[in-house]
Amino acid sequence: MGTVNTMAAGSRGPEAAADARSFAARLRNGDEIVHLITLVFAAGVCLIVCLLVFELYRNSSVPRHQFGWDFFVSRTWDPVFDNFGALPFIYGTVVTSALSLLLAIPLGVGGAIFLAEFAQPRLSDLLTFIVELLAAVPSVIFGLLGIFVVVPIMRTTVDPILQKFFGYLPLFSGPIYGVGFLTAGVVLAIMIVPYILSVSREVLLAVPPDQREAALSLGATRWESTWQVVVPYAKTGILGSIFLALARALGETMAVTMVIGNDPKISSSLLAPGYTIAAVIANEFTEATGKLYLQSLIELGLVLFIITVILNGLARLLILATTQRGSIRS
Amino acid sequence: MNKLLKTYMPTLLLVGFVVVALVSVTRPSSTAPAPSPTRALIMAPAPPSPPNVLLNAAGATFPYPIYSKWFDVYHRLHPDVEINYQSIGSGGGIQQLKAGTVDFGASDMPLNDKLLSTFHFKIIHFPTVLGAVMPTYNIPGLTQTLNFTPQALAGIYLGQIVKWNDPAIAKSNAGVSLPGNNIVVVHRSDGSGTTFVWTDYLSKVSPEWKSRVGSNTSVNWPVGLGGKGNEGVAGLVKETPYSIGYVELIYALQTHLPYGTVQNSSGHFIKASLATVTAAASGAAAKMQNDVRVSITNAPGANAYPICSFTYLLIPAHIADATKREIIKGFLHWMLTDGQKYTEPLAYASLPKAVVAIEMKHISEIN
Repeated sequence: MGTVNTMAAGSRGPEAAADARSFAARLRNGDEIVHLITLVFAAGVCLIVCLLVFELYRNSSVPRHQFGWDFFVSRTWDPVFDNFGALPFIYGTVVTSALSLLLAIPLGVGGAIFLAEFAQPRLSDLLTFIVELLAAVPSVIFGLLGIFVVVPIMRTTVDPILQKFFGYLPLFSGPIYGVGFLTAGVVLAIMIVPYILSVSREVLLAVPPDQREAALSLGATRWESTWQVVVPYAKTGILGSIFLALARALGETMAVTMVIGNDPKISSSLLAPGYTIAAVIANEFTEATGKLYLQSLIELGLVLFIITVILNGLARLLILATTQRGSIRS
Repeated sequence: MNKLLKTYMPTLLLVGFVVVALVSVTRPSSTAPAPSPTRALIMAPAPPSPPNVLLNAAGATFPYPIYSKWFDVYHRLHPDVEINYQSIGSGGGIQQLKAGTVDFGASDMPLNDKLLSTFHFKIIHFPTVLGAVMPTYNIPGLTQTLNFTPQALAGIYLGQIVKWNDPAIAKSNAGVSLPGNNIVVVHRSDGSGTTFVWTDYLSKVSPEWKSRVGSNTSVNWPVGLGGKGNEGVAGLVKETPYSIGYVELIYALQTHLPYGTVQNSSGHFIKASLATVTAAASGAAAKMQNDVRVSITNAPGANAYPICSFTYLLIPAHIADATKREIIKGFLHWMLTDGQKYTEPLAYASLPKAVVAIEMKHISEIN
């Protein structure tokens, strides 16, 4: 389309005016307008992110000057004596997110493989619809579910069993409360599974059928074709779904605060209570008085942003590394 | 087409929910401004005139039910005055008052001198209602009410008393067979006036608590799990055997939680109730002559419940706008007199007469 018009413009006038004419032509086509409009949209999103970081940075000057880098390594969070450190919250955020991914990835990717490759299309659509409904449930509902269902199960069944068999590991030692890192990880996993499953399924369905047919025609079984051809082909997309889920887990507030125990301590045991950045901000922001206290909470927001940036960066590196290492998709 | 419908089903459903939600939100407000439709229709089709004066206030969430009741009733008595109160939390209320975006603020915690010095104008504290905090616990099989000494509560929350059958608990509970299980301590995780009252009390009865932990809406807890809100603490206590937590009186009364008695400064074990809380405020009134910000935890009086405090309205001492000034003074006067009858039905302990007398004097200081 575009080339035809450019050629037409060029044949009708002198060479010098060709560029302007082609611009006018593209404008008439709407391409340039769409280009500009979408550019504004994209720039707007970037601007929001930049403003967010700028505001977080600007409003956290007091603790940045007072604590400096100690803010990242101090384990004290004491609003009475104005002594603030982020380490227990960073630890809690990373541990709960990692645990939730550990639980949600097999469930989500496995489920997606079934729905995309093995299930009847009708059943697949129905199940996907149900799973996607899970993503629309407000997080406070997951929190309530956590308090009244997951926590008692963890306290009376799961935690004691883990302790009985693996109690010699520091990971499963200490007193059992029911609330803690592991419970938060479980509740988070339930929340992020729909993201992994739904996106991964779409990605798997988008793999061209001839990829499967080629594998099958070479004598591969259904499973071999799925695991060695289809899944590697869709790997980038599946990883993308996992990072989306990770972002969700890092920022989750309500459900986590209801089941993690809200105790800013660093404990090697997964059964012990902990705290996350998002949870402490939500808990303490409304009643925070005094500039240092308030700004320390804002600096925690900045820290969460930095963690997200770092993890996303690592994720991109991972994608780059795996796609270069001879996966089918170039 | 069918496939398309299926793909966009969640989106459609979501849009549907949003529409329903919007309709249900907007409907009441569209009917609200016409309280007597028939009369209005017959008399004149003119819309109800907007209030002449709108006052904005923001702050504490704990007194929100009684404040909204007061502001609502006052608006009906004086249709030209409307007070818009946002319960955004004490911290937010203080910030907005300082920034001058609200006409007055509200806080569960009195502002200390350091915080007051950051204001460029003088603030007068007006105690409005009383709140109390009580220990609640979950010991399977226990039917009796437990008595707590100040030393026992401080010891438990400092992590020094770790078992239920510790002598410090047992000696005030003769005849109760206490289990040897470890105590699971539960506290509030969100910043709250409830935590301020609790830690203020512990600071008063335990020098070690005062030096190690101190009092605030959030503190650095030596031990324990955090629950969000009264309901979070109550939920954790209910779900965790051998646990102890603390909740606000109104919440405990409304949800029929079991709660223990606390030994007051006269040595009596007192169960929290509206009467014993008001008794505590009466006992502390003498100390409030000079400064209403004084803490009333562990107040003197045989019948005084020891863990309670006021919640405050923060009024600027100088209000430039004469109309607003007179309205605020008028409201405060009404609140301290007729307004008091609305407190008890909402389970807030009302102000003792001695405190009302002090506050009446302070109203005249607003200029």
